[in-house]
Amino acid sequence: MEFFLQLLLNGIVVGSIYSLVGLGFVVIYKSTSVLNFAQGEFLVLGAYVCLTMMVKYQIPFVPAFLITLVFSAVLGILTERLILRPMIGEPVISLIMVTLGLSSLLKAIIQGIWGTELQPFPDIFPAQPVHLGPLPVAQGYIYSMAGVAVLLVIFTLFFKYTRSGVAMRATAFSQQVSLSMGISVKRIFALAWSIAAVVSAVGGVLLAGIRGGLDGAMAFFGLKVIPVVILGGLDSIAGAIVGGPIMGILENLAGGYLDPLVGGGAKEVAPFVVLVLILSVKPYGLFGKVKIERV
Amino acid sequence: MRCGDFRQSYAEDMALFDSPLPRVLLGLLLAVLLVLPQFATTYWLDVLNRIFIAIIAAAGLNVVTGYTGLISLGTAAFLAVGGFSTAALAGKAGLPFVVVIPLSGAITALVGLVFGIPSLRLKGLYLAVATLAAHYIVEFTVTHWDSMTGGVSGISVPAAQFAGLTLENDRKIYYLIFPLMVGLLFFTKNLFRTKVGKAFVAIRDQDISAEVMGVNVFRYKLLSFAVSSFLVGVAGSLLAYQARIISPENFPITLAIDYLGMIIIGGLGSILGSIYGAIFITLLPEMLRLATDALSNQYPALMSLLAPMKSGVFGLVVILFLIFEPDGMAARWHHVKAYWKLYPFSY
Repeated sequence: MEFFLQLLLNGIVVGSIYSLVGLGFVVIYKSTSVLNFAQGEFLVLGAYVCLTMMVKYQIPFVPAFLITLVFSAVLGILTERLILRPMIGEPVISLIMVTLGLSSLLKAIIQGIWGTELQPFPDIFPAQPVHLGPLPVAQGYIYSMAGVAVLLVIFTLFFKYTRSGVAMRATAFSQQVSLSMGISVKRIFALAWSIAAVVSAVGGVLLAGIRGGLDGAMAFFGLKVIPVVILGGLDSIAGAIVGGPIMGILENLAGGYLDPLVGGGAKEVAPFVVLVLILSVKPYGLFGKVKIERV
Repeated sequence: MRCGDFRQSYAEDMALFDSPLPRVLLGLLLAVLLVLPQFATTYWLDVLNRIFIAIIAAAGLNVVTGYTGLISLGTAAFLAVGGFSTAALAGKAGLPFVVVIPLSGAITALVGLVFGIPSLRLKGLYLAVATLAAHYIVEFTVTHWDSMTGGVSGISVPAAQFAGLTLENDRKIYYLIFPLMVGLLFFTKNLFRTKVGKAFVAIRDQDISAEVMGVNVFRYKLLSFAVSSFLVGVAGSLLAYQARIISPENFPITLAIDYLGMIIIGGLGSILGSIYGAIFITLLPEMLRLATDALSNQYPALMSLLAPMKSGVFGLVVILFLIFEPDGMAARWHHVKAYWKLYPFSY
């Protein structure tokens, strides 16, 4: 039972970070119809920037974190401006491939600067575990879950009430209508990419903080978000928020109970098995807009 | 000197060669490639073999992605299926390569269909996502099915043999890979002169129009995916025969991305493009290695940057091609030819 609860908890914590990174994924997909395969690299890059600020320049966590956020926002805007803007109107394959190319390029930059070895991440969370009933829970888990929850609430409110948020939703609904209503679609695209980069960086820092270490392999997280957003619905922010914990729990249970049977790796592959199942049963996910376009 | 493109019959329009000269040049090129192994070093033979295998797989990927407009991220997985099928069929069952290679292709096509069927019913990027899942599921399977695939440590593949003939080194297997590549390329080229190939292109250009004109979109998408997986499976089989030892590590997701890069850089929907792209991407790491070897005396730090440099140059080239020449090297080559054909009166 305790094992089960532990798995459940791990799943929820990792799942909440999935939600956060998935949010970035969905925001980009909704407003620009691009599937961003470089999300994982955004995540790793953000975490490395934070690490460098803290270790090399000895900046305390909070300002270092803020610098990381600014860096990521700029990275997102630059990506949109330099790489995605020229691709407007190109076929889907070009859009997918350009993000794959970007992911290779960023991977190279990350490897070139920071190498491939696992680097210890400073303890940003107090080490002392908290006891939730019988269960010892690392404080990092609680902080990261709370952080994610706050961010998700902020983004939900942002999309619901602020001017920019409404403009983003309008753009997602129809770019032409938004343009004729005086919304700068270019600005919205840039905003979407910077939001995606920022949430990924937050996810990266939290993940590195929980794991206590950081290496380029963490970029895999970006690919694992794809099953999450497909489960929730590619164009649904609510879907990303709900899909994250579901997928997190699922993969942790698979890892906990199936790994001894199959000899490891079940945790990594389970989301993709689920992905194939979703695609054959309910391809638009839990909350995605159903477009009946069968062939 | 030609000053235009005049075609007066359908036969002329469909012809593979529009004048005798390319036919002669191609013949010469094939002849040179046929005798080349007698002079090439082992290193370059290995590179040549790998280029030819990459050309087959890139042509396969181009069938589904370039010609039918469906994006597949499963090339590495399908190469792995082809390769491990070969390891099992040749190693465990001891079959000759004339049976093993087509059978490996067929197995790969079947595996491809398992993942293709759910996503091919839907539009857009769903095949990309499904093949991404296929990649990880296949990777998991080959890593954990120890008895069949040797697990993480890999499995050795016996030399290709048939009727007393054993192709145990690069020089010998060249004469299996090279004719097979030429044959498969002609098959693919000709495929797009037939009804089936035209149906693929029609689906890519406008699936609704294709449906209206009587193309069974689902069936042809499936067929395209099967043909593509078959070609990739054959390439995987040859890869196993050539490398003689394969492990799951040989087929990472970056390999699938490399193959997509090949057809983007070479040219989507062009057999010539698959060839250029495969040559370019296969030679890229070799060239980078030669360059770093040459410069490593002055800059020893360069050696450790080799791996990131490969991925960085690859990413940069892909992005630049997509932005500045989305039709790839094949189109660029075409422009250059057209320019000189009409020079100096290009209007």
